[in-house]
Amino acid sequence: MKIGIVRFPGSNCETDCLEAWRVMGAEAEMLWHQETSVRGCDLIVLPGGFSYGDYLRAGAIARYSPVMPAVIRHAREGGLVWGICNGFQILTECGLLPGALLRNAGLSFVCAPQHLRVENAATAFTRAYAPGQIVSLPVNHGEGNYYIDAAGLQELEEEGRVVFRYVTESGAEGGAGNPNGSVNNIAGIVSRAGNVLGMMPHPERAVESLIGGEDGGGMFRSVLAGKE
Amino acid sequence: MEPEVWRGMGLSDDEYAKITARLGREPNYLEVGIFAVMWSEHCSYKTSKPVLRKFPTEGPQVLQGPGENAGILDIGDGWGVAFKMESHNHPSAIEPYQGAATGVGGILRDIFTMGARPVAVLDALRFGPLTEENNKLLLRGVVRGIGGYGNSIGIPTVGGDVYFDPAFSGNPLVNVMAVGILRRENIATGAAKGTGNPVMIVGARTGRDGIHGATFASVELTAESESRRSAVQVGDPFMEKLLMEACLELIQAGILIGIQDMGAAGLTCSASEMAGRGGSGVEIDLDLVPRRETGMTPYEIMLSESQERMLVVPRAGSEAQVEEVLTRWGLEAATIGRVTGDGLLRLTEGGEVIASVPVAALTEEAPVYRRPAREPAYIAELRAADLSGLQPRRPAEDILLALLKNPTITGKSWIYRQYDHQVGTNTAALPGGGAAVLRIRGARRGIALTTDCNSRLTYMDPFYGGAWAVAEAAQNIVCAGARPLGITDCLNFGNPERPEIFWQFEQACAGVAAACTAFDTPVTGGNVSFYNETPERAIYPTPMIGMVGLLEDVERLCPAVFPAAGDKIFLLGSAEGLLAGSEYLSQFEGLVAGALPPLDLPALKKRLDFVLTAHEGGLLTAASDIAEGGFAVALTEMAAAVGARVDLPVDLPGGGGGILAALFGEGPGRYILTAAAGAERELTALAAKWGQPFACIGVTGGDRLTIALGGAAALNAERARCRAAYENALGDLMD
Repeated sequence: MKIGIVRFPGSNCETDCLEAWRVMGAEAEMLWHQETSVRGCDLIVLPGGFSYGDYLRAGAIARYSPVMPAVIRHAREGGLVWGICNGFQILTECGLLPGALLRNAGLSFVCAPQHLRVENAATAFTRAYAPGQIVSLPVNHGEGNYYIDAAGLQELEEEGRVVFRYVTESGAEGGAGNPNGSVNNIAGIVSRAGNVLGMMPHPERAVESLIGGEDGGGMFRSVLAGKE
Repeated sequence: MEPEVWRGMGLSDDEYAKITARLGREPNYLEVGIFAVMWSEHCSYKTSKPVLRKFPTEGPQVLQGPGENAGILDIGDGWGVAFKMESHNHPSAIEPYQGAATGVGGILRDIFTMGARPVAVLDALRFGPLTEENNKLLLRGVVRGIGGYGNSIGIPTVGGDVYFDPAFSGNPLVNVMAVGILRRENIATGAAKGTGNPVMIVGARTGRDGIHGATFASVELTAESESRRSAVQVGDPFMEKLLMEACLELIQAGILIGIQDMGAAGLTCSASEMAGRGGSGVEIDLDLVPRRETGMTPYEIMLSESQERMLVVPRAGSEAQVEEVLTRWGLEAATIGRVTGDGLLRLTEGGEVIASVPVAALTEEAPVYRRPAREPAYIAELRAADLSGLQPRRPAEDILLALLKNPTITGKSWIYRQYDHQVGTNTAALPGGGAAVLRIRGARRGIALTTDCNSRLTYMDPFYGGAWAVAEAAQNIVCAGARPLGITDCLNFGNPERPEIFWQFEQACAGVAAACTAFDTPVTGGNVSFYNETPERAIYPTPMIGMVGLLEDVERLCPAVFPAAGDKIFLLGSAEGLLAGSEYLSQFEGLVAGALPPLDLPALKKRLDFVLTAHEGGLLTAASDIAEGGFAVALTEMAAAVGARVDLPVDLPGGGGGILAALFGEGPGRYILTAAAGAERELTALAAKWGQPFACIGVTGGDRLTIALGGAAALNAERARCRAAYENALGDLMD
C-alpha cells in the first residue's frame, strides 16, 4: 500500500496524518500541491487545514491546485481517496463527493471530542469497525455543516453512503449530539463506488491513548488490511 | 523643526535635545520618526529597564536569557523550549478580532525566529464584567481573533486564563504566550554580522497598515483611540504559515547569520536591533523594499507594521538560495541592503542618503528613566479592613452554585471549544484542567505550560501578587507532575509616570523576582505593557506569568480530575482559607479588601518539591491546587466524572466566618490530592517525612459533593447540578 498525503499551502494536519500512519505501522509520503501526478500511490489523503488560507470558501481554491487533476483521475480509476476535514471540503468542491460544507450552525468554530456511529462498516475505510459501533473522534472546524438537497440526501441514505453520523454518547441523534447542524447528522460519506471518503472528524488525532484516544485507529487498520 | 513635530511623535523636548546633541546636528523628519519609535516605551523599555535588571535570569537550564526574540530553556537530550509572552492590549481594545489575531501572529514569529517550531499558544485574558455589552463584544472578538489566527496557521491553543473585573472595562488585556521546540544546534539569533553580508526582507510586502503601533501602545486609551484604528495591523495567518515553513527551512539549511521578525516599529526596529546585537551597521536602500501600495514615503516604509515580514541576514552569496526557498513557498524575498562596519543605520532613496543615525544611539543609548514611586493610599486602607464579622448570607450550596457561575471561576469551554487545541497531535492534557501538557515528539519527555496572575491580589499588595503569580504557576505545573523550569512574563500596568503606578510596578516585579529566585525559575524574557488606562481608571496591575515545566516521562502526567471512584482524597496545606481578596468577598460582599499575610516562599518551594516527590513515587492519581473560589470550587472542578465525600479537619468555635474561610477561602500552598486506597499509608508517611500539613479527608465516588467541617455537615450538593452550572454558565451568558 503506497500512501500519499497532499500538502497544499495552508494544510496543517498533513504531518499529523503522516505520524498517524507511522503509529499504525505504515510509512506515507508527502505530495506537493504543484505536482501533476500522484506518483503511483494507492491511497491519496487530503488532510485538514486551511488550504490557500480558505479566505474565500473552504476548499474552493484548492480544487484548482495543479495536483487535483491527478487526484481526480486516480479516483475515477477506482483508487482510494480519503478527505479529512478540509480534505472533505475540497472533495465536495471538486465534485468527487456530492453536497457542500456550510458554516457551522451557531457560526462558531468547534473543537471538541465527538461521538459518531459507524453507519457503514463495509467500506475500505471502515471495515475494522462493527456496524453501528459508536466511536469518539475529535471534530475541529468552522465549516462542517453538511448540506445536500432532498433528492441527493435520499440517494445517499438509500445507497448506504452515509458512513459516519454524529450522535450522543448513548447513540441518540440530533440536539447536543450534532455539533454543526449537518443534515441528517451526517459526519462522513462515501462515493457510489466506495473508493472516495470524506469526513469532518479527525481520526488521525485519535490513534494513541495519550493523545485523544485510539478510536481512529480502525480506519487506518481498515485501509492497511485491504493491501493484499 | 517645530516642537509639535517631535512632541506629536511622542518625544519630549529633553529627548529631542539629546538627539540633537548626539548627532551634532538637527535630525531630519525621518530621523525624528526613527528616534521616536526606538525611544518609545514599547521599544526602549526606558522606564522598566532599571526594575527588570533585578530579575534572576541565569541557571543551568537557561540556554537563552532575555535580550533575544525569545528565551530558551534546556529540557535535556539536546532539546530546547523557546517561549515568550507579549501583550496586544491596546489594539484589541479598539479592534478585538485583528488586535488579538495579530497578537498571536507576532508572538509566533518571535518563536520561529529562534529556530523553534511553534507547538503551542496560551492566552491570558482580562475583561470587564460580562454584564456590560461592550465587554461581551470584546470577549467574542478576541476569542474569534485568537482562534481565527491560531486555527488557520495550525498551532494549537492549549491553555491560558481569563478573569473578569470592572478594572478592565475599556482596557482589556490580551496576553499571548507562544512555545516552540527546537534542537540546540538549530538555535538562531537576531544579530546582523559580517560586513558586506546582504540584508533581505522576506514574506509579505510593506503597506501603510499599523504605522504608529508602537507609539500608540505607549499612551493611554482615550475617546480618540477609536479614530486610530489604522494603527491596528491586519493579520494573514496563511501568509504566516508559509513564512514560518520557509524560515524554518532557511534556518535548518544553516545559511542565515541572523533573523528577526518585524513587529512593533517594523523595519526601523528590526534593522536597528539586529545591527545593535551584531555590533555592526546596516545600510538599506528604500527603493528596494517591496511595497503593496504606491506613493509610500520613507517615513511610512520605515514605520510600517505590516505583518508577516522578516528581516534576514544570510551569508553573502546565498541570496539565490533564500529566494528559491521563499519562492517555493509562494513568497517574495528581496535584498534591500547590506551589513556595514560603521555602526550606522543608513537609509538611502534615489541614491541619496536620507537618514544616517548611530545604531547605538537608537538602542543601548536610549534614555533610561528612574521614575518616582510612592505607595498609594488605598493600600493601607484595604489592608486595615476588618473581615472578622463575616457571616454566610446564603446556604453554602447556593453560594457554591453562584461561585461556579462566576465568569472568572466558571468552566471556559465556550472559549476553548473555538480554539483548535489538538493540531500537531501533541496535546496530552486538554484545556479545562490545570496546566497544559504536550509531549515532545521523538522524546519520552513532555512539557507543562501555564499562565497565571491574580490581578486583584496584585492590586491589594503588588509584591504579594507578583510572587503569588509565580507560585500559582508553579503549583499548576507540579500538579501536572512536572518540574518548574523557568518563566516569561508580560507586565501590564497603568501609566508609570504616576508615582503610585510605578510603585505598583516596582513592588510587583520585586515579588516576581523573589519567587523566581526561591523556586529556581529564572526569567528568560518577556514584555512590558504600560499605559493600560482609560479616563476612568487604571487596570489592576497584572504581572502575567507564563511558566514552562518538564515531565521526564509524559506518560506519567497527572490529571486534574478524579479518575475513578474509591480513591482517597487528601488535603495538603491549611484547611483554613483566606477570605482577603477572595472571589467570595468580591461577589457576595462587594469587597476588595483584607490583609494578605506575607508569603513564605521557602515553605511553598518545599511543598512544590513534596508534590513532585509524591508524583515520582507514583503515589498520586489526581492533583489540583486550591485557587479562586476556594476548596469547594476546587473539589467541584475535580469532580468531573465522580462525586466526593470529605470532612475537613478544622475546629470552628467561631462559626460563620470560619465556615466561609474553610469552604470558599483562598490562599497559597493548598492542594487537593488523590491516591489509590492502597497508597494511603505510604503517601501519609512521605508527607510526615517532609513535615507537611497533610490529612486524608475523604473518598471519591457517588453522585454528590458532601463537605463536613470538623465532623459537622457544611455542604451537600448534587454533583450533576454543580457541574452543569460550571460547564454551561459562560455559554449561557455569551450565546
